[in-house]
Amino acid sequence: MTDVRSEQFDTLVRRLDERPIDFEGLRAEWDGEGYAFETPERTHEGLSQAGLHEAAANADPYVTNWFFWEVDVGHEGRHRRAFLRKLEAADERPVSERYDDLREGMVTEWGQLRITATLDDAGDRRYEVRHEDDASADAAALETHEDPLDARDIATYDEKGRYRPLKTAPTLVDGWVFPALDGRELVETVDTFYPATIANWNLEREGELDVSHWEETMERQSGIYSVIQTWNRGKGTDHVEWVAESCCDDSQCLKRREWQYDEETELDAPGGDGAFPCREPCSLVVAAARKWTRLEGEESRTYEFELTPSEKEQVEDIIDAVADGRIDDVREADIYEGANRYRTRFLRAKRFDEEGNLSGTPTEGAEAEAEAEANGDGES
Amino acid sequence: MQALVIVAHGSHLNPDSSTPTRRHADTIRATGAFDEVQTGFWKEEPSLREVLRTVESEEVYVVPLFISEGYFTEQVIPRELRLEGWDVSEWDSDGLSADTATLVAEDTGQTVHYCGPVGTHESMTDVIVRRAETVTGDPDVGEGFGLAVVGHGTERNENSAKAIEYHADRVRETGRFDEVRALYMDEEPEVDDVTDYFESEDVVVVPLFVADGFHTQEDIPEDMGLTDDYRAGYDVPAEVDGHRIWYAGAVGTEALMADVVLERAADAGADIEEAIASVREETRETPAAGD
Repeated sequence: MTDVRSEQFDTLVRRLDERPIDFEGLRAEWDGEGYAFETPERTHEGLSQAGLHEAAANADPYVTNWFFWEVDVGHEGRHRRAFLRKLEAADERPVSERYDDLREGMVTEWGQLRITATLDDAGDRRYEVRHEDDASADAAALETHEDPLDARDIATYDEKGRYRPLKTAPTLVDGWVFPALDGRELVETVDTFYPATIANWNLEREGELDVSHWEETMERQSGIYSVIQTWNRGKGTDHVEWVAESCCDDSQCLKRREWQYDEETELDAPGGDGAFPCREPCSLVVAAARKWTRLEGEESRTYEFELTPSEKEQVEDIIDAVADGRIDDVREADIYEGANRYRTRFLRAKRFDEEGNLSGTPTEGAEAEAEAEANGDGES
Repeated sequence: MQALVIVAHGSHLNPDSSTPTRRHADTIRATGAFDEVQTGFWKEEPSLREVLRTVESEEVYVVPLFISEGYFTEQVIPRELRLEGWDVSEWDSDGLSADTATLVAEDTGQTVHYCGPVGTHESMTDVIVRRAETVTGDPDVGEGFGLAVVGHGTERNENSAKAIEYHADRVRETGRFDEVRALYMDEEPEVDDVTDYFESEDVVVVPLFVADGFHTQEDIPEDMGLTDDYRAGYDVPAEVDGHRIWYAGAVGTEALMADVVLERAADAGADIEEAIASVREETRETPAAGD
């Protein structure tokens, strides 16, 4: 049972002075002589203010629900409001059912975040955020945070202490909890872990997501990035497919890719299954595409290497292991695995010359490229 | 409701690049002068393309945490923020005088007061001097000291050197330091020869950069001869050719920078006088050298 507090009741009376209320099962109005008050369970007419107070106090959960959505949350932040409503399926479930569910805790997954919405005694919502991997952990065993901006520090490094430039990479560390946030704080916390995902999700939901496709995004690049505009080179969309396949996979990013080659040309690479949409190639993709544009400017050459069949397969294993981030899973002494370090060191000892050339075959034409890169790719 | 959005470069490679930006945002957030304070980045998230949609206010003050006017402030930021009808002539700037232009963001409909960069604001001079106080641990530092303001310098953008000259001139006019010089990494006079340009035994070197990174932590200390290998670190002060070099690191990490951000927003019409006073107060401490 939730309580209608005096602040909530006073606000109700003040609002009724201005206009009738009709919100999620609660209807009330002042006709100049008395109050009418109606919920799905009860109807009252001609109430005095004291009578209204009693009716409101018995109208669990309608008054506290009205207060939360129409006064506390309000309509100023439309994305925030929409997200908070999503967390209790407010557009699909009637108030009484939601209150029952909220007392148990309603769970939403958002990327790697697990958000649980609950109620306090006055119908105010409280939100807990933790890592999905800590779903069943005892909150006391997790590091507790109150300030939404603490999420910045949590999100800066992965579990190996490496910087995470892409906030939606599936590498968020676990072991922490924000146990009791209000709605505004919750949205700030989520937006710190996954910037702009709430706004973009809601824009998509409202049919207003502004997707910038590959071609128009690359067209507006300037400075050292303008080289990307030479990308197409008459080879169709193969390169873009490779970018999407390498960067936009669920294993690398939790956003769902909504951008395509252009308005007419969809990419074959799957866009992923994330909850929040990706509305244009991000700065990491742009930076990668710039590098690959330069690399693709080189002509293929024919080299001759001596490798045994097993060594060729080993090279393939190594590339796979690095591309999939699996090197740490290769056991120290597992020399049956191609990407094993000792086995790789053996290959290097046998097949590299003193300059580090595979099979003793020098690389031609790569130096000018390296030089140009060093002069133009600096991060400030 | 009014929001402040600080925009900066950021980095894909290390988190330090955006640390000062976030810290100054926190300082300003704590004053309560704005309903919302957000940061947006070229290389981090929220991106410049999406930062405006992360604030609810209809009125937004955008302050670029960049040192000089040029490519980023004139092309990249307005383009990425989708400021409708932006034309750099709205600033009517000589390369140092950009102050504010009011435009509408195409995608969100917000009114954006787009400000000139922090680096060219006159109050940046105070931050340079404060940096000298911070690094020497002496709030009265000046007499018997030389001050070098160091910029990147580049032939590609003449405005880059203008900001350095401007502040060096302003500090010189105060007469506080015995000597003041503007030095550069990539053009003459070069920071490599810092001791050639000063008679004073003690020289404070303040690089006019937003964040500590490759240039301020590796290049400049090695070029000046503070250390042979930046990984080994260096002393403050360090002895070089009979001079004591007090190397300050990037000026953008100085807490008082938050004040310059606020000054930019105030010049654009934000009503935040009290916040400016409280930021000046809070960021005043001068820690001992080496802290």
